[in-house]
Amino acid sequence: MNRPLKLLPIGSRKAGSTGDLVPQARLSGPIPWVIAIMVMLTVIAAAGGLALRKLASVAENELSGGVTIQIVEGRPEVRDGQVRQAVQLLSALPGVTKVAAVPQQEVDALVEPWLGEETAEADIPVPALIDARLSGPVTRNGLEDLRAALRGKVPSARVDAQSTWLKPVFGALSSLQLLALALVLLLGLATTSAVLLATRSALGSNRETIEIVHLLGGTDSQIARIYQRSTAVAATEGGVAGFAAAVIVVMLLGQQFANLGAGMISGGSLGWIEWLLLALVPVAGVALATITARLTVLRSLARML
Amino acid sequence: MNQAGSGEIVQFDNVGLRYGTEREVLTDISFTLYPGSFYFLTGASGAGKTSLLKLLYLSQRPSRGGIRIFGTDAITLPREKLPALRRRLGVVFQDFRLVPHLSAFDNVALPLRVAGFSESDLTRPVADMLEWVGLADRMKARPATLSGGEQQRVAIARAVIGRPQLLVADEPTGNVDPDMAVKLLRLFEALNRLGTTVVVATHDVHLLRKVPESLIMRLDKGRLSDPTGALKYPPRRPVMPV
Repeated sequence: MNRPLKLLPIGSRKAGSTGDLVPQARLSGPIPWVIAIMVMLTVIAAAGGLALRKLASVAENELSGGVTIQIVEGRPEVRDGQVRQAVQLLSALPGVTKVAAVPQQEVDALVEPWLGEETAEADIPVPALIDARLSGPVTRNGLEDLRAALRGKVPSARVDAQSTWLKPVFGALSSLQLLALALVLLLGLATTSAVLLATRSALGSNRETIEIVHLLGGTDSQIARIYQRSTAVAATEGGVAGFAAAVIVVMLLGQQFANLGAGMISGGSLGWIEWLLLALVPVAGVALATITARLTVLRSLARML
Repeated sequence: MNQAGSGEIVQFDNVGLRYGTEREVLTDISFTLYPGSFYFLTGASGAGKTSLLKLLYLSQRPSRGGIRIFGTDAITLPREKLPALRRRLGVVFQDFRLVPHLSAFDNVALPLRVAGFSESDLTRPVADMLEWVGLADRMKARPATLSGGEQQRVAIARAVIGRPQLLVADEPTGNVDPDMAVKLLRLFEALNRLGTTVVVATHDVHLLRKVPESLIMRLDKGRLSDPTGALKYPPRRPVMPV
């Protein structure tokens, strides 16, 4: 070689803040798989929680001003007269926006699962129903006003808020939402633990590299960055795969529920806001994995000289 | 006790080192290394040469005593300030300690990347250095595919590429042929003339004769002797300005 050697004096140069110390290497172990599975489970759990929240909210809005008046009278001609009388009285009351007697066919359809198709022919007395809407939410005083208006003139009337019937259902929906939230939190915790173990394992198998970079003057931050970047890349791959799988599962489940044709359940279909929130799950997963990897490496390095 | 002056690169003061509860592997080590000097550290296997070098390249703290490197107290220096000191050192490890998944080129470039040199700045010097140590055609080879001698040359290239102020080499010619050993010693001498203080640990007495102006430190069962007076007096040879 004829050219004189050119050395690059490091002297008291500060550690580089950018650039790749170690060209892109797989230091992340099983992190892509861990993140993919965790993101998928979290998205499904979160989608369930969000669907329940939406369903509860839609149902609550629908039922909040609803009142049902039953005319419990066995004699059909008296019952029909009382229905007309009740509709007339209720329509005249302030705060009542809509009053309509539920057609007999609908009432028959409602009781059909329990009493069979031939209710009328079997001469089984079935109460008549009146559906009323109030301008605001139904309160105890509002119900008392309605009862007072009907008392005496419509003796067979029983007035109930529609939301009262569904109270246990709303309670169950709340519990399921809390369960979904707890599942999401537990999955987050499990993801953190899994990333912690995977990073420690990667650290163990790359301890030699760390020590060498350390002895060559690499700072903790530089070394942590190697793992951080590797983990972020791996977690992004896993996050995208897990999210894609979860979207397929959620859409298939949504399709199945939509096919049930039940009015209340269709209220739980996910809108764009819910999908946007779900899309944040893989982003949070990647951030969680990257931060966990960084902190794990820094803690481990702090034990070295 | 030696008084630290501005011209000293390293000062050891009554240093002792023990691993765990074993007896001391280094006892009452006191010496001063001056800028631009060339030192050989000799001694039989197990005399404590590698332990002494570990203290020099800041991989180990002593059990007792004081160490100053580049005028800084290395014992009380906060951990986060050690990397800046380490970047001023070049180390040839006895077991080479190359990063296994990096090529020869990337291993040599590592200290420059740590110090923040750009790829365009480092590519040519690293390639030239590898060519100089006879590995121009092995730049992309991983350590596992290199012979012991080739790995040693990569390790030496990595240690000198950043023109360190202190070069510490542990048996740097143990795995190379005699011609290459002489060539590598010439590289160390050239660096030394540029102002780098060189410490070479070896048990090869023939090597000592190849650098006539070198000073010799001898370790025997963890204690240091000073056959050439190297540890008491600064070298007379002038150092080229850096």
